[in-house]
Amino acid sequence: MYSGVWVFVEKGSDGVNPVSFELLSKARELSNELGGELTALCFGDSGTVQTASLAEYGADRILVVSLENDLLNNPEVMARHFSAAINEKKPSVVLAGATSFGRTMMPIIAAEIKTGLTADCTELAVDTERKILLQTRPAFGGNVLAMIECTVSRPQMATVRPHVFKLKKINPSKKPAVELKSYPIPEKRIATVLETIYEEETLDISASDIIVSGGRGLGRADGFELLQRLANKLGGALGASRGAVDLGWISPAHQVGQTGHTVNPKLYVACGISGAIQHLAGMRGSDMIVAINEDPDAPIFEAADYGIVGDLYEVIPKILEEVVTSTR
Amino acid sequence: MEPLIFSERAVNILVFLKQVPDTQKVKIDPVRGTLIRKGVPSVTNPFDESALELALEIREITGGRVSVLTMGIPDSENILRDALTLGADEAFLITGSDFAGSDTLATSYALSNAVRALSPFELYLFGKQATDGDTAQVGPEVAAHLDIPVVTFVQSVRKVDERGMVVERMVDNGRQIVEVDFPVALTVVKAHKRLRMPSLAGIMDSFGKPVQRLGSGDIGVDVSKCGLSGSPTRVKKIFSPKHQTAVHFIEGSSEEMAHGFLVILKKEGVYG
Repeated sequence: MYSGVWVFVEKGSDGVNPVSFELLSKARELSNELGGELTALCFGDSGTVQTASLAEYGADRILVVSLENDLLNNPEVMARHFSAAINEKKPSVVLAGATSFGRTMMPIIAAEIKTGLTADCTELAVDTERKILLQTRPAFGGNVLAMIECTVSRPQMATVRPHVFKLKKINPSKKPAVELKSYPIPEKRIATVLETIYEEETLDISASDIIVSGGRGLGRADGFELLQRLANKLGGALGASRGAVDLGWISPAHQVGQTGHTVNPKLYVACGISGAIQHLAGMRGSDMIVAINEDPDAPIFEAADYGIVGDLYEVIPKILEEVVTSTR
Repeated sequence: MEPLIFSERAVNILVFLKQVPDTQKVKIDPVRGTLIRKGVPSVTNPFDESALELALEIREITGGRVSVLTMGIPDSENILRDALTLGADEAFLITGSDFAGSDTLATSYALSNAVRALSPFELYLFGKQATDGDTAQVGPEVAAHLDIPVVTFVQSVRKVDERGMVVERMVDNGRQIVEVDFPVALTVVKAHKRLRMPSLAGIMDSFGKPVQRLGSGDIGVDVSKCGLSGSPTRVKKIFSPKHQTAVHFIEGSSEEMAHGFLVILKKEGVYG
Protein backbone atom coordinates (compact mmCIF):
# COMPACT_ATOMS: atom_id res chain seq x y z
CA MET A 1 0.00 0.00 0.00
CA TYR A 2 1.12 3.51 -0.71
CA SER A 3 1.59 5.53 2.46
CA GLY A 4 3.60 8.39 3.89
CA VAL A 5 4.74 11.75 2.61
CA TRP A 6 8.14 12.32 1.02
CA VAL A 7 9.88 15.64 0.68
CA PHE A 8 12.81 15.96 -1.69
CA VAL A 9 15.72 17.70 0.02
CA GLU A 10 17.35 19.94 -2.56
CA LYS A 11 20.92 21.05 -2.29
CA GLY A 12 21.29 24.77 -1.72
CA SER A 13 24.18 27.21 -1.83
CA ASP A 14 24.97 26.43 1.77
CA GLY A 15 23.64 23.00 2.60
CA VAL A 16 19.91 22.67 2.05
CA ASN A 17 17.74 24.88 -0.16
CA PRO A 18 15.32 26.68 2.22
CA VAL A 19 12.35 25.53 0.13
CA SER A 20 12.97 21.99 1.37
CA PHE A 21 12.57 23.12 5.00
CA GLU A 22 9.42 25.07 4.02
CA LEU A 23 8.05 21.90 2.46
CA LEU A 24 8.91 19.76 5.48
CA SER A 25 7.14 22.28 7.72
CA LYS A 26 3.96 22.03 5.63
CA ALA A 27 4.31 18.30 5.04
CA ARG A 28 4.41 17.77 8.82
CA GLU A 29 0.83 19.11 9.00
CA LEU A 30 -0.24 17.09 5.97
CA SER A 31 1.31 13.93 7.40
CA ASN A 32 -0.53 14.34 10.68
CA GLU A 33 -3.81 14.55 8.78
CA LEU A 34 -3.05 11.75 6.33
CA GLY A 35 -1.55 9.45 8.95
CA GLY A 36 1.80 7.91 8.10
CA GLU A 37 5.39 8.96 8.29
CA LEU A 38 7.15 11.99 6.88
CA THR A 39 10.35 11.11 5.07
CA ALA A 40 13.05 13.52 3.93
CA LEU A 41 14.68 12.16 0.79
CA CYS A 42 18.32 13.15 0.29
CA PHE A 43 20.87 12.27 -2.34
CA GLY A 44 24.58 11.85 -1.81
CA ASP A 45 26.14 10.10 1.16
CA SER A 46 24.94 9.94 4.74
CA GLY A 47 27.91 11.99 5.97
CA THR A 48 26.58 15.17 4.40
CA VAL A 49 22.99 14.86 5.60
CA GLN A 50 21.80 17.51 8.06
CA THR A 51 19.88 15.06 10.24
CA ALA A 52 19.20 17.45 13.09
CA SER A 53 17.78 20.23 10.88
CA LEU A 54 15.58 17.84 8.93
CA ALA A 55 14.18 16.46 12.20
CA GLU A 56 13.59 19.96 13.56
CA TYR A 57 11.39 20.72 10.58
CA GLY A 58 9.40 17.55 11.13
CA ALA A 59 11.00 14.57 9.36
CA ASP A 60 10.30 11.18 10.99
CA ARG A 61 12.68 9.36 8.70
CA ILE A 62 15.54 10.24 6.43
CA LEU A 63 16.17 8.23 3.31
CA VAL A 64 19.57 8.79 1.75
CA VAL A 65 19.93 7.54 -1.81
CA SER A 66 23.60 7.21 -2.56
CA LEU A 67 24.80 9.07 -5.61
CA GLU A 68 28.23 10.15 -6.76
CA ASN A 69 29.11 13.73 -6.00
CA ASP A 70 29.48 14.83 -9.61
CA LEU A 71 25.95 13.64 -10.44
CA LEU A 72 24.26 15.68 -7.72
CA ASN A 73 23.65 18.56 -10.13
CA ASN A 74 21.93 16.32 -12.67
CA PRO A 75 18.13 16.19 -12.49
CA GLU A 76 17.90 13.39 -15.07
CA VAL A 77 20.09 10.97 -13.14
CA MET A 78 18.47 11.88 -9.86
CA ALA A 79 15.01 11.32 -11.38
CA ARG A 80 15.89 7.71 -12.21
CA HIS A 81 17.19 6.92 -8.74
CA PHE A 82 14.20 8.73 -7.26
CA SER A 83 11.82 6.60 -9.38
CA ALA A 84 13.54 3.44 -8.18
CA ALA A 85 13.13 4.54 -4.57
CA ILE A 86 9.44 5.33 -5.14
CA ASN A 87 8.86 1.95 -6.78
CA GLU A 88 10.41 0.19 -3.80
CA LYS A 89 9.00 2.23 -0.91
CA LYS A 90 5.66 3.36 -2.37
CA PRO A 91 5.04 6.74 -0.74
CA SER A 92 1.56 8.22 -1.09
CA VAL A 93 2.70 11.82 -1.59
CA VAL A 94 5.95 13.18 -3.08
CA LEU A 95 6.75 16.89 -2.86
CA ALA A 96 9.61 18.96 -4.25
CA GLY A 97 10.31 22.67 -4.53
CA ALA A 98 9.22 24.31 -7.79
CA THR A 99 12.81 25.36 -8.44
CA SER A 100 14.42 24.98 -11.84
CA PHE A 101 15.84 21.69 -10.54
CA GLY A 102 12.56 20.40 -9.11
CA ARG A 103 10.61 21.41 -12.18
CA THR A 104 12.99 19.43 -14.35
CA MET A 105 13.36 16.32 -12.19
CA MET A 106 9.75 15.81 -11.09
CA PRO A 107 8.16 15.58 -14.58
CA ILE A 108 10.71 12.95 -15.56
CA ILE A 109 9.77 10.92 -12.47
CA ALA A 110 6.04 11.37 -13.09
CA ALA A 111 6.36 10.12 -16.67
CA GLU A 112 8.48 7.13 -15.59
CA ILE A 113 6.13 6.15 -12.76
CA LYS A 114 3.08 7.13 -14.85
CA THR A 115 1.38 9.19 -12.23
CA GLY A 116 0.01 12.71 -11.90
CA LEU A 117 2.12 15.76 -11.12
CA THR A 118 0.79 19.20 -10.23
CA ALA A 119 3.14 22.07 -11.03
CA ASP A 120 4.02 25.08 -8.94
CA CYS A 121 1.45 24.70 -6.16
CA THR A 122 0.75 27.58 -3.81
CA GLU A 123 -1.49 25.70 -1.38
CA LEU A 124 -1.72 22.12 -0.18
CA ALA A 125 -4.42 20.60 1.99
CA VAL A 126 -5.85 17.21 2.84
CA ASP A 127 -9.33 15.93 2.08
CA THR A 128 -9.54 14.10 5.39
CA GLU A 129 -12.44 11.87 4.37
CA ARG A 130 -10.83 10.51 1.26
CA LYS A 131 -7.27 10.92 2.57
CA ILE A 132 -6.09 12.61 -0.59
CA LEU A 133 -4.01 15.67 -1.26
CA LEU A 134 -5.73 18.81 -2.55
CA GLN A 135 -3.27 20.78 -4.64
CA THR A 136 -3.99 24.40 -5.50
CA ARG A 137 -2.05 26.22 -8.17
CA PRO A 138 -2.32 29.36 -10.25
CA ALA A 139 -2.96 29.01 -13.97
CA PHE A 140 -3.41 31.44 -16.85
CA GLY A 141 -0.74 33.68 -15.45
CA GLY A 142 -2.39 33.82 -12.05
CA ASN A 143 -5.81 34.77 -13.41
CA VAL A 144 -7.37 31.69 -11.88
CA LEU A 145 -6.54 29.19 -9.19
CA ALA A 146 -7.15 25.54 -9.86
CA MET A 147 -7.59 22.88 -7.22
CA ILE A 148 -6.18 19.62 -8.54
CA GLU A 149 -6.41 16.12 -7.14
CA CYS A 150 -4.83 12.86 -8.16
CA THR A 151 -7.54 10.42 -7.22
CA VAL A 152 -6.31 6.97 -8.21
CA SER A 153 -2.66 6.98 -9.30
CA ARG A 154 0.05 6.95 -6.66
CA PRO A 155 2.11 8.68 -5.57
CA GLN A 156 0.39 12.06 -5.68
CA MET A 157 3.17 14.38 -6.80
CA ALA A 158 3.52 18.14 -6.67
CA THR A 159 6.12 20.85 -7.04
CA VAL A 160 5.58 23.73 -4.66
CA ARG A 161 6.53 27.35 -5.14
CA PRO A 162 9.32 28.63 -2.85
CA HIS A 163 8.51 31.20 -0.14
CA VAL A 164 4.87 30.10 0.06
CA PHE A 165 4.97 28.02 3.23
CA LYS A 166 6.36 29.35 6.47
CA LEU A 167 9.21 27.62 8.24
CA LYS A 168 7.99 25.88 11.38
CA LYS A 169 10.22 23.98 13.76
CA ILE A 170 8.96 21.29 16.07
CA ASN A 171 10.55 19.64 19.09
CA PRO A 172 11.37 16.21 17.73
CA SER A 173 10.58 13.59 20.37
CA LYS A 174 13.04 11.12 18.92
CA LYS A 175 15.91 11.04 16.49
CA PRO A 176 14.81 10.25 12.95
CA ALA A 177 15.70 6.86 11.55
CA VAL A 178 18.28 7.24 8.80
CA GLU A 179 18.35 4.69 6.02
CA LEU A 180 20.96 4.54 3.30
CA LYS A 181 19.90 2.98 0.00
CA SER A 182 21.57 2.52 -3.30
CA TYR A 183 19.82 1.59 -6.51
CA PRO A 184 21.54 -0.04 -9.47
CA ILE A 185 20.47 2.15 -12.37
CA PRO A 186 21.74 1.30 -15.85
CA GLU A 187 23.74 4.18 -17.26
CA LYS A 188 21.85 6.35 -19.68
CA ARG A 189 22.80 9.02 -22.11
CA ILE A 190 22.33 12.32 -20.29
CA ALA A 191 23.08 15.99 -20.61
CA THR A 192 26.36 16.93 -18.92
CA VAL A 193 26.75 20.15 -16.99
CA LEU A 194 30.08 21.64 -18.11
CA GLU A 195 29.96 24.71 -15.94
CA THR A 196 27.67 26.51 -13.52
CA ILE A 197 27.94 30.28 -13.39
CA TYR A 198 26.46 31.79 -10.25
CA GLU A 199 25.06 35.27 -10.68
CA GLU A 200 25.64 37.84 -8.00
CA GLU A 201 23.19 37.30 -5.20
CA THR A 202 21.89 40.84 -5.50
CA LEU A 203 20.37 39.80 -8.82
CA ASP A 204 18.22 37.05 -7.28
CA ILE A 205 15.42 39.41 -6.41
CA SER A 206 13.04 36.56 -5.54
CA ALA A 207 15.14 35.87 -2.42
CA SER A 208 14.56 39.39 -1.08
CA ASP A 209 12.05 40.17 1.69
CA ILE A 210 11.44 43.64 0.30
CA ILE A 211 11.13 44.61 -3.35
CA VAL A 212 10.78 48.13 -4.73
CA SER A 213 9.55 47.88 -8.29
CA GLY A 214 9.16 50.38 -11.11
CA GLY A 215 7.16 50.51 -14.31
CA ARG A 216 6.52 52.70 -17.32
CA GLY A 217 4.97 55.29 -15.04
CA LEU A 218 8.48 56.29 -13.96
CA GLY A 219 8.58 58.09 -17.28
CA ARG A 220 12.35 57.87 -17.59
CA ALA A 221 15.21 55.44 -17.04
CA ASP A 222 16.86 57.36 -14.22
CA GLY A 223 13.71 56.94 -12.16
CA PHE A 224 15.21 53.60 -11.21
CA GLU A 225 18.05 55.44 -9.45
CA LEU A 226 15.49 56.93 -7.10
CA LEU A 227 13.89 53.51 -6.56
CA GLN A 228 17.31 51.98 -5.95
CA ARG A 229 17.91 54.54 -3.21
CA LEU A 230 14.59 53.61 -1.61
CA ALA A 231 15.39 49.89 -1.96
CA ASN A 232 18.78 50.46 -0.33
CA LYS A 233 17.24 52.34 2.55
CA LEU A 234 14.65 49.63 3.16
CA GLY A 235 17.18 46.84 2.68
CA GLY A 236 15.40 45.48 -0.36
CA ALA A 237 15.95 44.64 -4.00
CA LEU A 238 14.95 46.42 -7.18
CA GLY A 239 12.18 45.00 -9.37
CA ALA A 240 10.60 46.14 -12.63
CA SER A 241 7.60 45.58 -14.83
CA ARG A 242 7.98 44.18 -18.30
CA GLY A 243 7.12 47.57 -19.73
CA ALA A 244 10.15 49.17 -18.10
CA VAL A 245 12.42 46.30 -19.15
CA ASP A 246 11.18 46.47 -22.75
CA LEU A 247 12.01 50.18 -22.82
CA GLY A 248 15.57 49.27 -21.86
CA TRP A 249 15.43 51.20 -18.60
CA ILE A 250 16.60 48.23 -16.54
CA SER A 251 17.96 44.71 -17.14
CA PRO A 252 15.63 41.69 -17.49
CA ALA A 253 17.15 40.21 -14.30
CA HIS A 254 14.86 42.59 -12.40
CA GLN A 255 11.66 41.73 -14.25
CA VAL A 256 8.71 40.60 -12.16
CA GLY A 257 5.73 38.95 -13.82
CA GLN A 258 4.63 36.07 -15.94
CA THR A 259 7.70 36.18 -18.16
CA GLY A 260 10.03 37.30 -15.36
CA HIS A 261 10.45 36.42 -11.71
CA THR A 262 7.65 35.25 -9.46
CA VAL A 263 8.20 36.91 -6.10
CA ASN A 264 6.54 36.57 -2.70
CA PRO A 265 8.30 39.17 -0.51
CA LYS A 266 7.06 40.52 2.80
CA LEU A 267 6.71 43.95 1.17
CA TYR A 268 6.26 44.84 -2.50
CA VAL A 269 6.28 48.53 -3.39
CA ALA A 270 4.92 49.08 -6.92
CA CYS A 271 5.92 52.50 -8.27
CA GLY A 272 4.46 53.72 -11.54
CA ILE A 273 3.21 50.23 -12.37
CA SER A 274 -0.28 50.12 -13.85
CA GLY A 275 -0.83 46.50 -12.86
CA ALA A 276 -1.20 44.48 -16.05
CA ILE A 277 -2.47 41.01 -15.28
CA GLN A 278 0.88 39.50 -16.32
CA HIS A 279 2.65 41.64 -13.75
CA LEU A 280 0.16 40.82 -11.01
CA ALA A 281 0.78 37.12 -11.68
CA GLY A 282 4.37 37.58 -10.57
CA MET A 283 3.82 39.49 -7.33
CA ARG A 284 0.35 38.68 -6.08
CA GLY A 285 1.75 36.33 -3.45
CA SER A 286 3.51 39.19 -1.63
CA ASP A 287 2.51 39.55 2.04
CA MET A 288 1.92 43.27 1.68
CA ILE A 289 1.62 45.38 -1.47
CA VAL A 290 1.92 49.15 -1.54
CA ALA A 291 1.25 50.93 -4.83
CA ILE A 292 2.30 54.44 -5.71
CA ASN A 293 0.67 55.73 -8.87
CA GLU A 294 -0.74 58.98 -10.21
CA ASP A 295 -3.78 57.28 -11.69
CA PRO A 296 -6.29 56.38 -8.97
CA ASP A 297 -8.00 53.96 -11.38
CA ALA A 298 -4.84 51.94 -12.13
CA PRO A 299 -5.58 48.20 -11.71
CA ILE A 300 -2.56 47.87 -9.41
CA PHE A 301 -4.68 49.38 -6.62
CA GLU A 302 -7.04 46.41 -6.84
CA ALA A 303 -4.18 44.13 -5.87
CA ALA A 304 -2.67 46.52 -3.32
CA ASP A 305 -3.16 46.62 0.43
CA TYR A 306 -2.14 50.26 0.61
CA GLY A 307 -2.24 52.91 -2.08
CA ILE A 308 -0.66 56.30 -2.56
CA VAL A 309 -2.16 58.39 -5.34
CA GLY A 310 0.50 60.90 -6.18
CA ASP A 311 3.71 61.80 -7.96
CA LEU A 312 6.36 59.28 -6.98
CA TYR A 313 9.04 61.89 -7.69
CA GLU A 314 7.58 63.96 -4.87
CA VAL A 315 6.61 61.24 -2.41
CA ILE A 316 9.68 58.99 -2.55
CA PRO A 317 12.20 61.77 -1.82
CA LYS A 318 10.09 62.66 1.23
CA ILE A 319 10.24 59.03 2.34
CA LEU A 320 14.01 59.05 1.89
CA GLU A 321 14.27 62.23 3.94
CA GLU A 322 12.35 60.75 6.79
CA VAL A 323 13.82 57.29 6.83
CA VAL A 324 16.88 56.56 8.86
CA THR A 325 19.46 54.20 7.45
CA SER A 326 18.12 50.69 7.48
CA THR A 327 19.26 48.53 10.32
CA ARG A 328 18.93 45.41 8.24
CA MET B 1 27.77 35.17 -27.34
CA GLU B 2 26.99 34.17 -30.92
CA PRO B 3 26.36 30.49 -31.38
CA LEU B 4 29.13 28.60 -33.13
CA ILE B 5 27.39 26.31 -35.53
CA PHE B 6 29.45 24.07 -37.76
CA SER B 7 27.40 20.98 -38.29
CA GLU B 8 28.13 19.08 -41.46
CA ARG B 9 25.10 16.99 -40.81
CA ALA B 10 21.66 18.39 -41.41
CA VAL B 11 19.78 18.74 -38.15
CA ASN B 12 16.12 17.78 -38.34
CA ILE B 13 14.04 19.62 -35.81
CA LEU B 14 10.55 19.03 -34.47
CA VAL B 15 8.99 22.05 -32.74
CA PHE B 16 6.00 21.45 -30.44
CA LEU B 17 3.50 24.29 -30.56
CA LYS B 18 0.45 24.93 -28.45
CA GLN B 19 -2.48 27.16 -29.20
CA VAL B 20 -3.34 29.12 -26.07
CA PRO B 21 -6.12 31.55 -25.29
CA ASP B 22 -5.09 35.13 -24.80
CA THR B 23 -4.40 35.04 -21.05
CA GLN B 24 -6.25 38.27 -20.42
CA LYS B 25 -9.52 36.90 -21.78
CA VAL B 26 -9.63 33.52 -20.13
CA LYS B 27 -12.93 31.78 -19.47
CA ILE B 28 -13.55 28.64 -17.51
CA ASP B 29 -16.44 26.19 -17.72
CA PRO B 30 -17.78 26.49 -14.17
CA VAL B 31 -19.37 23.05 -14.24
CA ARG B 32 -16.65 20.91 -15.69
CA GLY B 33 -13.74 23.06 -14.62
CA THR B 34 -12.25 22.91 -18.10
CA LEU B 35 -11.20 25.72 -20.38
CA ILE B 36 -13.70 27.35 -22.69
CA ARG B 37 -11.80 28.27 -25.78
CA LYS B 38 -14.74 29.47 -27.86
CA GLY B 39 -14.96 33.22 -28.21
CA VAL B 40 -11.52 33.81 -26.76
CA PRO B 41 -8.83 34.93 -29.20
CA SER B 42 -6.17 32.27 -29.63
CA VAL B 43 -2.47 32.74 -30.15
CA THR B 44 0.64 30.61 -30.39
CA ASN B 45 2.12 30.13 -26.93
CA PRO B 46 4.81 32.86 -26.75
CA PHE B 47 7.48 30.50 -25.44
CA ASP B 48 6.79 28.15 -28.36
CA GLU B 49 7.41 31.08 -30.69
CA SER B 50 10.89 31.34 -29.19
CA ALA B 51 11.40 27.63 -29.84
CA LEU B 52 10.28 28.08 -33.45
CA GLU B 53 12.60 31.06 -33.98
CA LEU B 54 15.52 29.05 -32.57
CA ALA B 55 14.69 26.16 -34.91
CA LEU B 56 14.62 28.45 -37.95
CA GLU B 57 17.95 30.01 -36.96
CA ILE B 58 19.62 26.63 -36.56
CA ARG B 59 18.26 25.49 -39.91
CA GLU B 60 19.71 28.54 -41.65
CA ILE B 61 23.17 27.27 -40.79
CA THR B 62 22.92 23.50 -40.57
CA GLY B 63 20.27 22.81 -43.15
CA GLY B 64 17.72 20.11 -42.38
CA ARG B 65 14.01 20.26 -41.88
CA VAL B 66 11.92 22.17 -39.41
CA SER B 67 8.68 20.34 -38.65
CA VAL B 68 5.96 21.65 -36.40
CA LEU B 69 3.40 19.68 -34.44
CA THR B 70 0.50 20.52 -32.22
CA MET B 71 -2.21 18.61 -30.40
CA GLY B 72 -5.54 20.32 -30.05
CA ILE B 73 -8.89 21.14 -31.53
CA PRO B 74 -9.14 21.44 -35.35
CA ASP B 75 -8.92 25.24 -35.01
CA SER B 76 -5.34 24.95 -33.76
CA GLU B 77 -4.40 24.29 -37.38
CA ASN B 78 -4.13 28.09 -37.51
CA ILE B 79 -0.94 28.21 -35.49
CA LEU B 80 0.57 25.53 -37.73
CA ARG B 81 -0.38 27.61 -40.80
CA ASP B 82 1.37 30.59 -39.21
CA ALA B 83 4.49 28.49 -38.68
CA LEU B 84 4.41 27.35 -42.31
CA THR B 85 4.35 30.95 -43.53
CA LEU B 86 7.51 31.53 -41.49
CA GLY B 87 9.25 28.70 -43.27
CA ALA B 88 8.46 25.52 -41.39
CA ASP B 89 8.71 22.62 -43.85
CA GLU B 90 5.87 20.45 -42.66
CA ALA B 91 3.11 20.50 -40.09
CA PHE B 92 1.22 17.87 -38.09
CA LEU B 93 -2.03 18.29 -36.20
CA ILE B 94 -2.95 15.63 -33.66
CA THR B 95 -6.64 15.96 -33.11
CA GLY B 96 -9.70 14.01 -32.06
CA SER B 97 -12.04 13.55 -29.14
CA ASP B 98 -9.77 10.82 -27.73
CA PHE B 99 -7.35 13.53 -26.69
CA ALA B 100 -9.78 15.93 -25.02
CA GLY B 101 -9.11 16.76 -21.39
CA SER B 102 -5.53 15.47 -21.36
CA ASP B 103 -3.33 16.38 -18.41
CA THR B 104 0.44 16.53 -18.77
CA LEU B 105 0.90 12.74 -18.51
CA ALA B 106 -1.71 11.97 -21.17
CA THR B 107 -0.46 14.81 -23.39
CA SER B 108 3.15 13.71 -23.19
CA TYR B 109 2.14 10.08 -23.84
CA ALA B 110 0.29 11.08 -27.02
CA LEU B 111 3.04 13.43 -28.20
CA SER B 112 5.75 10.83 -27.67
CA ASN B 113 3.76 8.32 -29.71
CA ALA B 114 3.38 10.87 -32.47
CA VAL B 115 7.14 11.37 -32.47
CA ARG B 116 7.67 7.63 -32.88
CA ALA B 117 5.20 7.55 -35.77
CA LEU B 118 6.92 10.39 -37.62
CA SER B 119 10.37 10.30 -39.18
CA PRO B 120 13.31 10.57 -36.76
CA PHE B 121 14.51 13.95 -35.59
CA GLU B 122 17.73 15.02 -33.91
CA LEU B 123 16.25 17.90 -31.97
CA TYR B 124 12.91 18.34 -30.20
CA LEU B 125 12.11 21.90 -29.17
CA PHE B 126 9.48 23.03 -26.67
CA GLY B 127 8.66 26.38 -25.13
CA LYS B 128 9.56 26.19 -21.46
CA GLN B 129 5.87 26.27 -20.55
CA ALA B 130 2.51 27.26 -22.00
CA THR B 131 0.90 30.45 -20.77
CA ASP B 132 -2.44 28.76 -20.09
CA GLY B 133 -1.43 25.87 -17.88
CA ASP B 134 2.01 27.18 -16.85
CA THR B 135 3.11 23.66 -15.91
CA ALA B 136 6.47 23.39 -17.74
CA GLN B 137 6.00 19.62 -17.54
CA VAL B 138 5.18 18.43 -21.03
CA GLY B 139 8.71 18.83 -22.48
CA PRO B 140 10.51 16.83 -19.78
CA GLU B 141 7.70 14.24 -19.73
CA VAL B 142 7.90 13.68 -23.50
CA ALA B 143 11.67 13.25 -23.19
CA ALA B 144 11.17 10.71 -20.41
CA HIS B 145 8.68 8.73 -22.51
CA LEU B 146 11.11 8.77 -25.44
CA ASP B 147 14.02 7.95 -23.11
CA ILE B 148 16.14 10.79 -24.45
CA PRO B 149 18.00 13.54 -22.57
CA VAL B 150 16.27 16.83 -21.83
CA VAL B 151 17.68 20.26 -21.07
CA THR B 152 15.16 22.68 -19.59
CA PHE B 153 15.03 26.51 -19.48
CA VAL B 154 17.52 26.92 -22.35
CA GLN B 155 18.26 30.56 -23.14
CA SER B 156 20.87 30.26 -25.86
CA VAL B 157 22.73 27.83 -28.07
CA ARG B 158 26.51 28.00 -27.98
CA LYS B 159 27.37 25.25 -30.41
CA VAL B 160 25.82 22.70 -32.73
CA ASP B 161 27.90 19.99 -34.35
CA GLU B 162 27.43 16.50 -35.78
CA ARG B 163 27.17 14.89 -32.39
CA GLY B 164 25.08 17.32 -30.46
CA MET B 165 24.91 20.74 -28.86
CA VAL B 166 26.26 22.98 -26.16
CA VAL B 167 23.54 25.19 -24.68
CA GLU B 168 23.17 27.66 -21.88
CA ARG B 169 20.29 27.15 -19.47
CA MET B 170 18.90 29.33 -16.72
CA VAL B 171 18.91 28.00 -13.18
CA ASP B 172 17.57 29.72 -10.08
CA ASN B 173 20.82 31.37 -9.06
CA GLY B 174 22.66 31.63 -12.34
CA ARG B 175 23.34 29.81 -15.57
CA GLN B 176 24.66 26.44 -16.62
CA ILE B 177 26.58 25.44 -19.70
CA VAL B 178 25.35 22.02 -20.73
CA GLU B 179 26.62 19.61 -23.36
CA VAL B 180 24.35 16.96 -24.84
CA ASP B 181 24.31 14.57 -27.78
CA PHE B 182 21.48 14.09 -30.28
CA PRO B 183 18.72 13.19 -30.10
CA VAL B 184 17.74 15.62 -27.38
CA ALA B 185 14.76 17.63 -26.17
CA LEU B 186 15.17 21.26 -25.15
CA THR B 187 12.67 23.58 -23.48
CA VAL B 188 13.44 27.21 -24.23
CA VAL B 189 12.79 30.45 -22.37
CA LYS B 190 11.87 33.70 -24.07
CA ALA B 191 14.52 34.50 -26.64
CA HIS B 192 16.14 37.87 -27.01
CA LYS B 193 15.11 37.82 -30.62
CA ARG B 194 11.43 38.00 -31.39
CA LEU B 195 9.84 35.59 -33.80
CA ARG B 196 10.43 36.77 -37.35
CA MET B 197 7.62 38.14 -39.50
CA PRO B 198 6.43 36.16 -42.50
CA SER B 199 7.71 37.22 -45.90
CA LEU B 200 5.45 37.42 -48.93
CA ALA B 201 7.37 34.52 -50.48
CA GLY B 202 6.93 32.57 -47.27
CA ILE B 203 3.20 33.15 -47.32
CA MET B 204 2.99 32.08 -50.98
CA ASP B 205 5.10 28.99 -50.32
CA SER B 206 2.99 27.93 -47.39
CA PHE B 207 -0.08 27.47 -49.57
CA GLY B 208 1.59 24.43 -51.10
CA LYS B 209 2.33 22.82 -47.76
CA PRO B 210 -0.43 20.70 -46.26
CA VAL B 211 -1.16 20.34 -42.58
CA GLN B 212 -1.34 16.61 -41.94
CA ARG B 213 -4.02 15.54 -39.53
CA LEU B 214 -3.32 12.59 -37.29
CA GLY B 215 -5.83 10.76 -35.10
CA SER B 216 -5.31 8.19 -32.38
CA GLY B 217 -5.14 5.40 -34.97
CA ASP B 218 -2.40 7.14 -36.94
CA ILE B 219 -0.04 7.51 -34.01
CA GLY B 220 -0.64 4.09 -32.46
CA VAL B 221 -1.79 5.15 -29.03
CA ASP B 222 -3.73 3.15 -26.48
CA VAL B 223 -6.77 5.44 -26.23
CA SER B 224 -7.30 4.51 -22.58
CA LYS B 225 -4.03 6.35 -21.87
CA CYS B 226 -5.21 9.47 -23.72
CA GLY B 227 -7.53 12.33 -22.88
CA LEU B 228 -9.44 12.45 -19.64
CA SER B 229 -9.35 8.66 -19.17
CA GLY B 230 -5.56 8.66 -19.38
CA SER B 231 -5.13 11.62 -17.04
CA PRO B 232 -4.34 10.80 -13.40
CA THR B 233 -5.04 14.37 -12.27
CA ARG B 234 -8.46 15.97 -12.09
CA VAL B 235 -9.40 19.60 -11.77
CA LYS B 236 -11.61 19.64 -8.69
CA LYS B 237 -12.52 23.29 -8.97
CA ILE B 238 -11.43 26.56 -10.50
CA PHE B 239 -11.77 29.83 -8.67
CA SER B 240 -10.61 33.43 -8.87
CA PRO B 241 -7.83 34.68 -6.63
CA LYS B 242 -9.99 37.54 -5.39
CA HIS B 243 -8.26 40.10 -3.31
CA GLN B 244 -9.93 39.89 0.08
CA THR B 245 -9.45 43.35 1.51
CA ALA B 246 -9.99 46.62 -0.31
CA VAL B 247 -7.05 48.94 -0.80
CA HIS B 248 -6.47 51.44 1.95
CA PHE B 249 -5.39 54.78 0.54
CA ILE B 250 -2.82 56.88 2.35
CA GLU B 251 -3.87 60.48 1.78
CA GLY B 252 -2.58 63.98 2.37
CA SER B 253 0.38 66.07 1.26
CA SER B 254 3.54 64.43 -0.06
CA GLU B 255 5.07 64.68 3.42
CA GLU B 256 1.99 63.17 5.01
CA MET B 257 1.86 60.33 2.50
CA ALA B 258 5.57 59.62 2.97
CA HIS B 259 5.09 59.61 6.73
CA GLY B 260 2.02 57.39 6.47
CA PHE B 261 3.97 54.95 4.31
CA LEU B 262 6.66 54.56 6.96
CA VAL B 263 4.15 54.30 9.80
CA ILE B 264 2.45 51.40 8.01
CA LEU B 265 5.76 49.68 7.33
CA LYS B 266 6.60 49.89 11.02
CA LYS B 267 3.14 48.78 12.08
CA GLU B 268 3.28 45.77 9.78
CA GLY B 269 6.76 44.95 11.02
CA VAL B 270 8.45 45.03 7.64
CA TYR B 271 10.70 47.95 8.42
CA GLY B 272 12.15 49.80 11.35
